[in-house]
Amino acid sequence: METPIMQLTDIGKHFCSIKALSNVSIKIIQGECHCLLGDNGAGKSTFIKIMSGVHQPTSGQIYFSGEMTTIESPRSAIDSGIATVYQDLAMIPLMSVMRNFWLGRELVKNIGPFKIMDTKKCNAILMQEMEKMGISLHDPSQSVGTLSGGEKQSVAIARAVYFGAKVLILDEPTSALGVYQTEKVLKTIAKVREKGIAVVFISHNVNHALEVGDKFTVLCRGKTLGTAVRGKIDYAQLQYMMSGEKLN
Amino acid sequence: MFMFNSLVENNLKIISKLKKSLARPDLGAITGTILVFLFFILVARDTGMFSLEGTMNWGIVSSQFIIIAVGACLLMIAGEFDLSVGSMIGFAGIVIAVTSVVWGWPIWLSIIIAFILSMLLGALIGFIVIKTNLPSFIVSLAFLYILRGLTIFGSIHSTQKTIIGGINEVSKGDWLAPLFGGKIFTGLFTWFAEQGWIDVFEFGTRAGQPIVDGIPMMIVWAVVLVIFAHFLLNYTRFGNWIFASGGDAKAARYVGVPVDKIKILMFVFTAFCATVFATCQVIEFGSASADRGVLKEFEAIISVVIGGALLTGGYGSVIGATFGAIIFGVVQQGLFFIGVESSLFRVFLGIILLLSVIFNAHIRKIIIGKG
Ligand SMILES: Nc1ncnc2c1ncn2[C@@H]1O[C@H](COP(=O)(O)OP(=O)(O)O)[C@@H](O)[C@H]1O
Ligand SMILES: [Mg+2]
Repeated sequence: METPIMQLTDIGKHFCSIKALSNVSIKIIQGECHCLLGDNGAGKSTFIKIMSGVHQPTSGQIYFSGEMTTIESPRSAIDSGIATVYQDLAMIPLMSVMRNFWLGRELVKNIGPFKIMDTKKCNAILMQEMEKMGISLHDPSQSVGTLSGGEKQSVAIARAVYFGAKVLILDEPTSALGVYQTEKVLKTIAKVREKGIAVVFISHNVNHALEVGDKFTVLCRGKTLGTAVRGKIDYAQLQYMMSGEKLN
Repeated sequence: MFMFNSLVENNLKIISKLKKSLARPDLGAITGTILVFLFFILVARDTGMFSLEGTMNWGIVSSQFIIIAVGACLLMIAGEFDLSVGSMIGFAGIVIAVTSVVWGWPIWLSIIIAFILSMLLGALIGFIVIKTNLPSFIVSLAFLYILRGLTIFGSIHSTQKTIIGGINEVSKGDWLAPLFGGKIFTGLFTWFAEQGWIDVFEFGTRAGQPIVDGIPMMIVWAVVLVIFAHFLLNYTRFGNWIFASGGDAKAARYVGVPVDKIKILMFVFTAFCATVFATCQVIEFGSASADRGVLKEFEAIISVVIGGALLTGGYGSVIGATFGAIIFGVVQQGLFFIGVESSLFRVFLGIILLLSVIFNAHIRKIIIGKG
């Protein structure tokens, strides 16, 4: 069996007295879309925040490319190729698409003793990457706030891919979208997976998950009920598990 | 049908371009400045307001507003406020006066110490804001009182007075003081006077010297700070991080922007600007006073808001804030030139502040796509 790019075992997380996660294990494999399913409050966001260095687990181990590590901060997660697109704060609405896309990794050029942002190059690469993802963008200086929800997610995904994500985590990218926009985002996810990137797709919508997922892990009240493989599980079973019943 | 489509498309493009130019943060302040100038050129052209001397007069006052507005602007874009700016001005001035005049330190050392102390205090305010997660409004309000109180106490304790003079004497021959109290291009202005382009004093001790004999450092500082801050904000990655820190600190953190560091540095920069203001004033007046700078924090914030920045952070412009400060300076001095009761200036300010905030809120809606 292929070594997982990322493996988390027996992860537990407490917030003071609240037990958000206990004994959650998951294996993430390159080129696969791993769906993390669960009802609201099941602990999905908490789990992926541990994967992306926002939270530290109270217990459990994290392996990256087969080696045990700790992910100290969002920055160190990004540096090792774990990129996350968050549910509500994928982008900063008041800033332009270009400034958002490059945020934290701006291209600079030297002008005399000064380092300035290479706006021309930033714009050109942005447009190119958007085209690759099938997103038509009119103007790189357009503010992110004027994009549709689906476009926002897609830009954020394109950004993560461009910056060399090995593991792309998407926290409910489709939950706030309409049918058409959802379709677009799911297509983008499929494109990302084809590039050999491991996708972790969080959703509470079983239909969305079934459309792109290769593996399905269900979380319920902070516990995993196991991982199922595409083709060996159907809508009814997943739905049933999400409501809190054991996997047979 | 095809023609119709392209027509519609063209119109849409024009509309979106129009919306975009309307959504410039500094548009309101630039328009306002033009209107204010038009008004005073019409009303006050016979008063000497636009003579060289008059221009210097409102130029200096505007520069004072600009210096503190620049600091407040970057800080507000980074999502924070500093209400201690006015107290910081009083504090820095008294530090310079006490250490140089009373304790006899060389004034360059006093100035450097004042800068270090203020900037450390700025860092402390920022640090407390970050660590406690309290609104900077409250934390800096606390420092407004703490610093003002300490300044008055320190001044009275060391000299039994709240005004300390004698700065002129101790700054003679100093290498650093002219950077704040001197003038540049004095040779050029003397030459202008010799050519008869500038009036000269006809009587008194300065007879034969030009009425305006150079550009005061206050103006030079204002120009330098505006260029620096505008460049930093718009052309560097650090500037991008300032916008991001105020736009959405959490989102910025998630992509690795050092939000805490940036916010603290912006508090330090605000303190730096306040100290520049204080030092220029102390050297120019030849004295420090414990009650200097009262209300300056609000004047700075108002300039920034007139300049199109959002009180909620993440959006604004140094150029806008600069024009906001110019409106401030020109109107204040202009009313003086035309002999209008100065209390009416406050009425004007209140009204323009209110209009700006309403206008900005509307712009915000356009930018975040809800307009
Ligand atoms: N920072 C936090 N502090 C305290 N409790 C939290 C925190 N984050 C999440 N929780 C709690 O952990 C549980 C799981 O939340 P979350 O991971 O957001 O669920 P999901 O994303 O699956 O809807 C919830 O009960 C929530 O209240
Ligand atoms: Mg969630």
